[in-house]
Amino acid sequence: MKKPGKMLMEVLRHAPKKPATEMYPHVRPYVPERFRGRLDFIPGKCIGCKMCMRDCPSKAITINKIGDKKFEAVIDLDRCIYCGQCVDSCPKDALLMTTDFELAQLDRRKLKIVLKDAGNATDAKPEAEPEKPVA
Amino acid sequence: MSKVTIPIGPQHPALKEPARFCLTLNGEKIYEIDLRLGYNHRGIEKACEERTYIQAMYLVERVCGICSHSHSTAFIQAVEEIAGLQLPRRGLYIRTLIAELERIHSHLLWLGVAGHEVGFDTLLMYAWRDRELVMDILADLTGNRVNYGINTIGGVRRDVTPRQIERVTKAMDTFEERTKYYVQVATEESTLIARLSNVGKLCYDDAMRLGAIGPTARACGLERDARKADPYGLYGELDFKVITDKHSDVYGRAVVRLLELMESYRIIRQLCKGMPEGPIAVKAPRKIPAGEALSRYEAPRGEDVHYVRGNGTDKPERVKIRAPTLANLQAVAKMLEDNYLADTTIVIAAIDPCFSCTDRAVLLKKSRRRNEEPVLWNSLRDYGIAWHRKQGLDFGDMNRRFGRMMERSSR
Repeated sequence: MKKPGKMLMEVLRHAPKKPATEMYPHVRPYVPERFRGRLDFIPGKCIGCKMCMRDCPSKAITINKIGDKKFEAVIDLDRCIYCGQCVDSCPKDALLMTTDFELAQLDRRKLKIVLKDAGNATDAKPEAEPEKPVA
Repeated sequence: MSKVTIPIGPQHPALKEPARFCLTLNGEKIYEIDLRLGYNHRGIEKACEERTYIQAMYLVERVCGICSHSHSTAFIQAVEEIAGLQLPRRGLYIRTLIAELERIHSHLLWLGVAGHEVGFDTLLMYAWRDRELVMDILADLTGNRVNYGINTIGGVRRDVTPRQIERVTKAMDTFEERTKYYVQVATEESTLIARLSNVGKLCYDDAMRLGAIGPTARACGLERDARKADPYGLYGELDFKVITDKHSDVYGRAVVRLLELMESYRIIRQLCKGMPEGPIAVKAPRKIPAGEALSRYEAPRGEDVHYVRGNGTDKPERVKIRAPTLANLQAVAKMLEDNYLADTTIVIAAIDPCFSCTDRAVLLKKSRRRNEEPVLWNSLRDYGIAWHRKQGLDFGDMNRRFGRMMERSSR
């Protein structure tokens, strides 16, 4: 039957329900397990092969040698496109993606982070992600 | 009656992206339309040539924010064809699953946008609320709501767990119920039918002649679907129909998209049921052998064509992208002809345009003369300066003063 106001009942039915909008700053949003957030680096595992630098589409990661078999990762968070290719490319699982997504800064310089000490690697899990991708 | 020319764009509240439509009106009706693109050319094709295949894949994925998986799959398919890679079955299943989930998200997005353009914002709100569900599933499966990054040369990057498959199957029930409701709304709501019927008419012959693709063509009764015509991936084995409609107007395009959603749910159910065990990717070489390949992919908006030529190194020699919107723009000009000015926005929105995806290369020609020579960048700049000077605006003096000011402040 063709008549106007077809969605009226739907609207009324939803009127007493709570909003579908996410109440973000007040309520923490659900972040999926596989979310690709800020990069993390486990210096002890890095062998300095620089495969991550080679594959990074946006030249966001730099691995520097800071001592004998010691490496630091410099990550430009403003360049990073959060694709996670470096995590896939790393042969030693020295890189991993955290679920940290609140990365906005007022000062651009703060977006350049240097990860060199084991203590820096926050959220670092002893094992890499359970679903280790191929390739 | 004297004719009035109304420029819409490059920046206009009704347009989501910059494009210029110069409409010549005869009263309320559009008499002539002049369309100009090229405001968001990003040089992606050239940039691909300076990146390795893996890097180029992420760049190509960012051609479009909505059909990102379409572009990356079309590109990867071409690269895999050159490299002669045989994909594992499970990898193909996951790739197709993401492709169909993307179609759902894109079609629901369009439904909302179309509702908004005709002033039916209730539909926008509910369609987009339902779209959140598929976005969450995509985030769960791939790690991101947009730019999924699931593809890699030789397969996919992330496996799906049984829990996720269950979640997808369960969500399909909800979607089916919701889409049935939207189909009901679309076929019974008299205001919507009255607003969309006979708007932006494009007959079968014109659609054929102008090379319309995707839902725009299918709404004219033209059975044009790359999934059926040239099956890639798994589509040769799946059971689905190509939805066509005889309305040939914006209403028909809405119906086609809604019914296509139902087909997508059917495809996803088949994929979830038949998901085989096994590896998800094969190891791909870094250096892709010399060769060329053309890949066709049915994106939500229509057929997406990618051409890749490799020269034996780890970087492509040439990448050519034909986004679906480009094929439909000729049809838009035809649809707008002899239509009311007020229908412009919905007619343009009905092809689900994506102008920044379309902008590949721009060649301006001096068309007034017989010998069409291309206009070079410097001469275009000189032309611009001369044009402004003629209007009484000379920025030369201001530019010099500004330069001196900057010099002083840097000292």
